[in-house]
Amino acid sequence: MTSQSEKKSDPQPESIKPAINVAPSPHIVDGSFTTRRMMYDVLIALTPVICVSVYLFEMYAVRQILICLASCLVAEALFIRIRGKSITLMDGSAAVTGVILALSLPGTAPWYAGVIASVVAIGIGKIIFGGLGMNIFNPAMVGRAFVMISFAGVMGAAAYEHAGDAVNIITQATPLNAFKQSGIVSPLTDMFWGTTNGSLGETSAIACIIGGLYLCIRRTASWEIPFGVITMMVLIAGIKDIAGPFSGRLVLHHLLGGAALFGAFFIATDPVTSPLTRKGKLIFGAGVGALIMLLRLFSGYPEGVMFAVLLMNALTPLINRWTIPIPLGEE
Amino acid sequence: MADQPTAYERFIQGILPENPVYRQVLGLCPTLAVTNSMNAALTMAGAVAFVLLCANIVTSLIRNLLRPHLRIVIFTLTIATFVTIADRFLAAYMYQMSKTLGPYIPLIIVNCLIICRCEVCASKQSVWTAASDAAGQSIGYALALSSIAGIREILGTGMLFGFRLLPEIWPDWVIMVLPPGAFITLGLLLGAANWIQIVQSKKTDNN
Repeated sequence: MTSQSEKKSDPQPESIKPAINVAPSPHIVDGSFTTRRMMYDVLIALTPVICVSVYLFEMYAVRQILICLASCLVAEALFIRIRGKSITLMDGSAAVTGVILALSLPGTAPWYAGVIASVVAIGIGKIIFGGLGMNIFNPAMVGRAFVMISFAGVMGAAAYEHAGDAVNIITQATPLNAFKQSGIVSPLTDMFWGTTNGSLGETSAIACIIGGLYLCIRRTASWEIPFGVITMMVLIAGIKDIAGPFSGRLVLHHLLGGAALFGAFFIATDPVTSPLTRKGKLIFGAGVGALIMLLRLFSGYPEGVMFAVLLMNALTPLINRWTIPIPLGEE
Repeated sequence: MADQPTAYERFIQGILPENPVYRQVLGLCPTLAVTNSMNAALTMAGAVAFVLLCANIVTSLIRNLLRPHLRIVIFTLTIATFVTIADRFLAAYMYQMSKTLGPYIPLIIVNCLIICRCEVCASKQSVWTAASDAAGQSIGYALALSSIAGIREILGTGMLFGFRLLPEIWPDWVIMVLPPGAFITLGLLLGAANWIQIVQSKKTDNN
């Protein structure tokens, strides 16, 4: 009993990942692979995305990122204090949630949207379930869904466009919205480099790919999830191209437009809310990709990454159960 | 029957200590569905109070005739009678509200809260006890519904009972009047109720 209680009071809770309890061998755990290292990796990987976003959206991006970052850190400190636990700000998870949340919002979103989204993300998305590692849904997406539905008037598809704004990009329609509303196909080069309107972090495909590849190489994100998302999207968009009437919107438009790549690399790969096994991750990724395409093609929304990720988060425990590896020698 | 609570105890217990929503977690379907405005919630609470009171009294009157294997059927028939009365009454005199509440008035028939009170109290105790039990539970239910509806209506529309409470610049949290808002509000309030319970039991332990 004494040894157990000593273990529990170990002052490094971030080195204990609940994920490891479920998986079978290997039982040797690399001590350097901590939550903190993973979170800082994500922040490093987000740097190109942030840079592009600040370059394109100027003060809008700076303002939104600062609001969300500060609110998330304050909310985390506050809720952790309410739960009577030691402050865990240094593991960087709240900072990652804040930055991803800010990058998924439109730059012109009012200040209270960022604040409310952050409080909901940390409070209802994460701490209520028992803190980092226990949450069912991706916290950033919970916060974003809350404000997106609440303030549809100032945050919804039409609100991205601000005619006559000083920042030139914001005067255009977003590529997905332009297509949904008026069937206009945006040029691929703009979508690749990011010189289109959209949520702060989603516009530049190249920045997302650079950051995402870094995450996959560092193994902070599992490559199976973005692979699944992209494969499934290519598949469905390809079928649509071949089967449906020609709309000028090719597979690449789907892949580079909207938050597909940002979501595939940064949002869907959250290790807490995605499955544990390789097969499970592939299923998860494919599910996200399929739902993104279904929502884009058949729903009233121009984009579906947020709902796709949240829906697949809900299925994660089931996928985990389906894909439990059979130990060697067992029938 | 010596160990059964008295009429007064039944009445008091129904309001807070055994609140139908926060302590027994019963009757959640209308709790979640009709609490997006205070008017709808209070109408619902009124309908439930009427049905609960009448069903409890009738069940208590016929309690010596009940056969164990048929009792649930009898409860349901009794409740259905009064639900039909309430439903037709609303449709006749409060047509718009009847439309708003939609299927949730007929669904009172299967509201566990009422069957539970018939089973636990009315089928075992006198008419007076059953009636005061129904009154206590109804007050508790109305308090629970109006607490949820109050939060949802204020945050979701900035209004209460249709009158503006918050300034015009208040950005309506539309999600609060939509179904997710019901689950979030109920969850948070349930958590708060449990927390208060824990704090109180700690206090009594210390004394």
